[in-house]
Amino acid sequence: MTPEKALMTQEPDATAPEVMATAETVASQHPRIDVSGAAATPMAANRADTQTVFRCDDVHVYYGDFLALRNVSLSIAVHEVTAFIGPSGCGKTTFLRCFNRMNELIEGARVEGSINYHGVELYQDEVDPVEVRRRVGMVFQKPNPFPKSIYDNIAYGPRLAGAKRSELDDIVERSLTRAALWDEVRDRLKTSAYGLSGGQQQRLCIARAIAVQPDVVLMDEPCSALDPIATGRIEELIAELKTDYTIIIVTHNMQQAARISDMTAFFSVQANEMGQRTGELVEYAPTSLIFTNPEDPRTEAYITGRVG
Amino acid sequence: MSQDSSNLSAADLRTSAGRRAWSAGARWVFALAAVATVLVSALIIWTVASGAWTFISQVPFDSLTEIGWFPRRGLFDLSTLLVNSVQISVIAMLVAVPSGFGAAIYLSEYAHPRVRKVMKPALELLASVPSVVLGVFAISFITPSILTSFFHEINFFNKLAAGIAVGLLVIPLIASISEDALRAVPLALREASSGLGARKVTTSIRVVLPAAMSGLMAAVIVGFSRAIGETMVVTIASGGGDTSLFNLALTESGGTFTSAMAALGLGTDQVAGNNLAFQSLYFLGALLFVITLVLNMLGDLIVRRLRNKY
Repeated sequence: MTPEKALMTQEPDATAPEVMATAETVASQHPRIDVSGAAATPMAANRADTQTVFRCDDVHVYYGDFLALRNVSLSIAVHEVTAFIGPSGCGKTTFLRCFNRMNELIEGARVEGSINYHGVELYQDEVDPVEVRRRVGMVFQKPNPFPKSIYDNIAYGPRLAGAKRSELDDIVERSLTRAALWDEVRDRLKTSAYGLSGGQQQRLCIARAIAVQPDVVLMDEPCSALDPIATGRIEELIAELKTDYTIIIVTHNMQQAARISDMTAFFSVQANEMGQRTGELVEYAPTSLIFTNPEDPRTEAYITGRVG
Repeated sequence: MSQDSSNLSAADLRTSAGRRAWSAGARWVFALAAVATVLVSALIIWTVASGAWTFISQVPFDSLTEIGWFPRRGLFDLSTLLVNSVQISVIAMLVAVPSGFGAAIYLSEYAHPRVRKVMKPALELLASVPSVVLGVFAISFITPSILTSFFHEINFFNKLAAGIAVGLLVIPLIASISEDALRAVPLALREASSGLGARKVTTSIRVVLPAAMSGLMAAVIVGFSRAIGETMVVTIASGGGDTSLFNLALTESGGTFTSAMAALGLGTDQVAGNNLAFQSLYFLGALLFVITLVLNMLGDLIVRRLRNKY
């Protein structure tokens, strides 16, 4: 991890002690980790030492009167890949979009409960969602480069953040290199991003997201529009980016979750008597446990392909 | 089932002769409607072109660069009309483009769907104000109530008021086309921008506007064509007479291609047979036609060059 990326320096000093405090309490936050995980696997035992980036308590998400997601509590550890899996409509994307307050762009969306980011309550009036999104970047389901040149796509975020013109060349090269795209596009930086293939476009979007040196990168099914080869490259990239960034990824592909993530959260959906489908967190555990020894029968049914 | 089909005879599948004739005839009715439209256009072009040819082949060329536009005296200074037309259209665009784009951005990016549902039709209602009403509005309100407080000496009929009134007329056109262009920009681009920590205003200006550039240019060009072709507002507010001395002052009156044509076309001055005054009408018409055509082609070219596939 490069020094300038250290989380502590990105946060006001006042919150630093709290970050440490939250880190120590992670293990006791989640019963699954506490009860079976901590004792059973070395990985889970380490969690007491890792820093917590997000701590969610009793999160509910509404769209208008409709309860889309209920009662989610979990913690996201620094420099890990956390995967959200589950059937369609289970609220995993909705939940992902809570972490950078992107849900607010949807009319009528409302988040209840607590999402704590490095000791700061995300959903309070003082917090500016724009500042949150500079620290918590996002990669979307379909590659969505701007109709601009490759260079301008990458430089967009840094320019917003006030980067000097002289720094931009370096930032663009560094970001593209990090996203394993530099060699393919170095000779055509000034050409339209739409000239790239789907897989290249998605890596461009990842490069664009990391160009602002975020703390966390949220990925919403980043490979669902890509072929297996492009998917493989993105997965390699995610494993590589983990050293510098905390990554939360929503995926429909269970093998993908198993391959790339450290922790996995399984969400499910339940319909009430009025037919409204509300998502909920079923199980959250180290990925190795979820896929070998799931605790909840619903998780087992889903990962073995019997439902969903 | 199999029994039914074996009982089928050719008569069951035959249709009546009348029905067949109607089917074939319908095709010709529709074709006639299409051909008639094209024919009328061709007829107009031929009439205008032949009239314009009569004028251009007979007019002494030095009368095309004179002190002004006085058709009955044989003075046909084209620069007078061209300058006035361009001045008034440019003023109109200065009024209509900022407010039209502004309204479009508000409706597309900021307005709550409920607000937009009411406001867009209201805006388009302005387009249905008859231009004669706007012409009267220019001389009864814009000039006496607004312009007189800025200019000490201003002609009651003046190009500035005409330009502003034409601008008002063009606002809904530009706003409506621009709004459609902005709304066609995929939500994914706005999300990408927000996700990078851009505020709404930044997203609108740096992502949505450039992405919609081809549509916005189309709006400007359609607006300009409309402005340069606008007749009634200009005739009432600036160029009521059929004569006009060359001048650059916006506070003075001045005729345009369209108002000069309107004045000639009214025929109350018995211009027919008087020098080439009547034929100059066709010439102006042809000129206006060419200008609009070139503008549209230019617009098409720009639009195609800027076109983005999202």
